[in-house]
Amino acid sequence: MQELDIAGLGSVRVTRKNDNVVVIEKDLATEQMVLAMGPQHPSTHGVLKLECLTDGEVVTEAEPYLGYLHRCFEKCCENVDYPAIVPYTDRMDYLSGMNSELAYALTVEKLLDIEIPRRVEFIRVIVAELNRIASHLVAIGTYGIDLGAFTPFLFCFRDREIILGLLEWASGARMLYNYIWIGGLAYDVPSDFLKRVREFVAYFRPKAVELSNLLTENEIFVKRTRGIGIMPADVAINYGWSGPMLRGSGVKWDLRRNDPYSVYPELDFNVPVPDGKVSDVGDCLSRHLVRAWEMDESLKIIEQCIDKMPTAEGFNPRSAIPKRIRPKAGEVYARAENPRGELGFYILSDGKSTKPLRCKARSSCFVNLSAMKDLSKGQLIPDLVAIIGSIDIVLGEVDR
Amino acid sequence: MEEGKVLSQSVQQSAAAYAIIHEKFGEALSAFDANETMPFFEVLDTSLWPDIALLMRDHPKLKFNYMACLSGVDYQAEEKLGIVCNIESLGFFNHKLAVKVKCPRDGGFIPSVSCVWHTANWHEREAYDMYGILFTDHPDLRRILCPDDWEGFPLRKDYKVQETYHGIKVPY
Repeated sequence: MQELDIAGLGSVRVTRKNDNVVVIEKDLATEQMVLAMGPQHPSTHGVLKLECLTDGEVVTEAEPYLGYLHRCFEKCCENVDYPAIVPYTDRMDYLSGMNSELAYALTVEKLLDIEIPRRVEFIRVIVAELNRIASHLVAIGTYGIDLGAFTPFLFCFRDREIILGLLEWASGARMLYNYIWIGGLAYDVPSDFLKRVREFVAYFRPKAVELSNLLTENEIFVKRTRGIGIMPADVAINYGWSGPMLRGSGVKWDLRRNDPYSVYPELDFNVPVPDGKVSDVGDCLSRHLVRAWEMDESLKIIEQCIDKMPTAEGFNPRSAIPKRIRPKAGEVYARAENPRGELGFYILSDGKSTKPLRCKARSSCFVNLSAMKDLSKGQLIPDLVAIIGSIDIVLGEVDR
Repeated sequence: MEEGKVLSQSVQQSAAAYAIIHEKFGEALSAFDANETMPFFEVLDTSLWPDIALLMRDHPKLKFNYMACLSGVDYQAEEKLGIVCNIESLGFFNHKLAVKVKCPRDGGFIPSVSCVWHTANWHEREAYDMYGILFTDHPDLRRILCPDDWEGFPLRKDYKVQETYHGIKVPY
């Protein structure tokens, strides 16, 4: 064995085997390096900053920094009336505004204890499920991009555009709807709306299969996601994970089933969880698969809603909306299943004011992201990208 | 609680869960508030809060393994700050409970439960960020949504916004 200095790399110990020089050990300077990923980084899905401590290509620690998109949602809520908060909830999770509105409306309705017309409930579920599909399409499409697959993204946005068109037709806006109001809806759906939704369902079913095959039968995609970022079920629960993240870890928990609200108890749908055959339970691929399967369940729900829905005869979407919303003194915590997990609102009312004393949003991505530090330990940098993508964060909701 | 009022099933479950905790900790807890929207109890002896949390999580008949939410609240009339935790049992039982813990407005602190439920870690940071509630034994108590050098705690009822932040005018 002898020591050489090759190309200024420092001291390199080499040995000779059959006249070839074989490097057996490098005494290179291997100090840990701090690498800031974000806030302007394409794979952090918005303005998230990860401060990674890296040892070569291995991340020894990653600390998320949030708040770049903090818009004082909770402070604003203290200064406006109950109905005026609805547009703010749209802006939290801007990819699934309908679901956020639904969660907020449910919370205030629980505090007010009012009955909602049945047709309103069905329309709410239809638009929320449409929005869930649109949101999952973005999640799946951008996840493909993170891992180098560009085509699925284009497919996703092509189909998402149809959903946004439908929702725009109903509410007048593409993303920030202000459609689900406390006690009712802004408008009834247009007369041909349900027919067009049915057409979309028929159109989208085969497209969803195509999309799924494009990713989950792609060797590169599976190699990048299977067995990466595994989260055991008990740790996931302790971290407060919910939605597709928790179901990806094999826990059959869906608020639409386990803490039912609106008309979900009447509807027949499955809660898909990975069985460990095509993915390792709790890894990135499982979380992706759960989203893909959920889109199919949403289609089922939409079809059933259209069938079961009462007719529009004599229907006024604003009939149950209270003239003046002033809940009695008390507090409430209610939640709904958002595409990203449990979105809950805690509202404290003093019984005198038309403004809430305290309105706290329990954001699903905020809680899901809090496990990032544990998940990223010892991962390679490219796998870190796969893990962030699988959490499917929307920074608007994380920072509120 | 009004006499003779019939409680819904979920509130009865919460009441049964409360009874088990009350048996162990007795005086440290307030009476059970059996309202329909959010049944809760308050922890009067705040130093026992982590022990209560551990019992809630690990007792075979409670199994409160999932903390849904932790919200900071400013109880201005009582001169207190506090937290409201919504905790439930996921996969074992159907019961859920809300727990309130309060501390004095100035110089008060609440023991952290982030070692019991990881969810509490970031939520407690948020409560500190917005209300200035200090959580003892928290592994990493820093601001989370506001910048580190922000002045004051924005969600306190007596909060006055700073005039400028690094030369930028703040109130609009």
